[in-house]
Amino acid sequence: MQNPETRLPEGSVPEEILQQWEKRGVSRRSFLKFCSAMTATLALPVTMMGRVAQALEADSSPPLIWLEFQDCAGDSEAFLRANQPTAAEIILDYLSVDYHETIMAAAGHQAEAAKHQTIEKYKGKYLVVVEGSIPMADGGVYCTVGGDSALNIARQVCGNAAATIAVGSCATFGGIPAATPNPTGAVSVREAVPGATVINLPGCPVNVQNLTATIVHYLTFGRLPATDQLARPKFAYGKRIHDNCERRSHFDAGQYAETFGDPGHRQGWCLYKLGCKGPETFHNCPTVRYNEGSSWPIQAGHGCLGCSEPQFWDAMTPFYRRLPQVPGFGVESTADKIGLGLIAATGVAFAAHAVASSFRKGDKLEADQVVKED
Amino acid sequence: MLEIRYVWELPVRVSHWVNAVCVLVLSVTGFYIGNPFYPASDTAAYIMGWNRFIHFTFAYLFLASLIVRFYWFLFGNHHSSWRMFFPWATKSGRKAAITFFRYYTFTGPKLPYEVGHNPLAAMAYAGVYSLFVLQLVTGFAIYGQFQPDGFWFGIFGTLLTWIDVQTLRLVHHLTMWLLGGFFINHFYSAWLMDVKEMNGVMSSIFSGYKFVERDDL
Repeated sequence: MQNPETRLPEGSVPEEILQQWEKRGVSRRSFLKFCSAMTATLALPVTMMGRVAQALEADSSPPLIWLEFQDCAGDSEAFLRANQPTAAEIILDYLSVDYHETIMAAAGHQAEAAKHQTIEKYKGKYLVVVEGSIPMADGGVYCTVGGDSALNIARQVCGNAAATIAVGSCATFGGIPAATPNPTGAVSVREAVPGATVINLPGCPVNVQNLTATIVHYLTFGRLPATDQLARPKFAYGKRIHDNCERRSHFDAGQYAETFGDPGHRQGWCLYKLGCKGPETFHNCPTVRYNEGSSWPIQAGHGCLGCSEPQFWDAMTPFYRRLPQVPGFGVESTADKIGLGLIAATGVAFAAHAVASSFRKGDKLEADQVVKED
Repeated sequence: MLEIRYVWELPVRVSHWVNAVCVLVLSVTGFYIGNPFYPASDTAAYIMGWNRFIHFTFAYLFLASLIVRFYWFLFGNHHSSWRMFFPWATKSGRKAAITFFRYYTFTGPKLPYEVGHNPLAAMAYAGVYSLFVLQLVTGFAIYGQFQPDGFWFGIFGTLLTWIDVQTLRLVHHLTMWLLGGFFINHFYSAWLMDVKEMNGVMSSIFSGYKFVERDDL
């Protein structure tokens, strides 16, 4: 598309684009809100807003295939049920979603045929969103779709895609299906299809704003956003929840809710002592929040579970305690109780040794050198 | 005739006491950070903030002290050399360790005569220095999370993809208690040896001097 806004201020959205979206039923206000929210989420300067708007105009919109494996459809729900439908609408309107089991009209062989057609026709050009983990145990029999295993489908679809966006904690890190003892041998998309270009958007569910922003980044710049060592985009997972938390001042002050419903909890004090995992979880929940920015767990008075961290079901439990259980000790034994026991036992043992040693005679090394004073 | 020998050189004594202060301060502040046991009076307080600030400052001091001590493992006198950590590597060391162990467990009558570290203490210090390094690694790995583009995350970021941070936190916490147990052992043993060896071991860590009878060696 040509550059008609050369006379407009930087960052403004051209009139024609707004009119086109109005014709499609998206008001100017909604579209501008969407563009500014996406620009802000991606931490881009406001001058990039025009470019974001233009990217959603290009003719060559890539097709999207949305795969579901061992999942609960929670990420689909989150995507489709945003209380202001704009974000999902814009993206769904723009992208051609060729396959999504939960929402597509087609079924059976017809649907599978459409999927294969997209893979053949747009090889290396289409986008894939994967929701759910992939079982590897026993030849992948624990999850099959249309008669084929999740592993085979993932290899074929993700392996030929331009990029794969793994959404939710199951697709990114194995999630709850991969929790101990992991009976199905569930793994993440990155582990199942090592050669594919995968970006991880963990969370339970994924934050729609981050998914949309990742797609918008891809459409605007033609590549995926910068990622960290766990393949998570830095714009969304670059900071700990704790470091952006609205209750942080209570943490620094030393004001903590001790139990749910106590005076401290009612006054919105820090949830650290209730086992909040904000200090070990990288996510932009405090700034983006969920459901169009209406709230998020800590704002609602519940500590973070660390749902977007690897193996959270094993690593972040017990959810309502600061520290994990000490292996080999009972459920009620905290690290501190065990430590105090260790100190007490050591103290008793050495005190006993001291008593015994004080009665010991004739073992002083330089006793022959001692001169008694009057 | 008793000789006065200069056993512990200045870097050994200084790092010993800096380590002692650091372990004490880090344990107290670290215990508060793990379990904030006294409440703040109002939101303008900064109790956790100060505890964390002191904890991190003393962590850096502790690191500096250990760097000095590790340097002195290589360049100090033979009492402070890294070789003292491995008394079981020599025949005489093994023999002295057995004699000392038997004395300590009331199964043997006499102490081995040592100028520097006794072999059992040296082995305990090998363990303690391992715990020190473990505390520094786990501590700075957890600390580095505040800035994923920063220095500490650059060093320990990969470690965090192998071991989850909650496990590191648990190890950091339990190691504090192990060091507490070591302190009881260390203080008691030094006191006992001060009484039984009669060579001024307690004052030697302040002055560096010990009283040694050459004929008994």
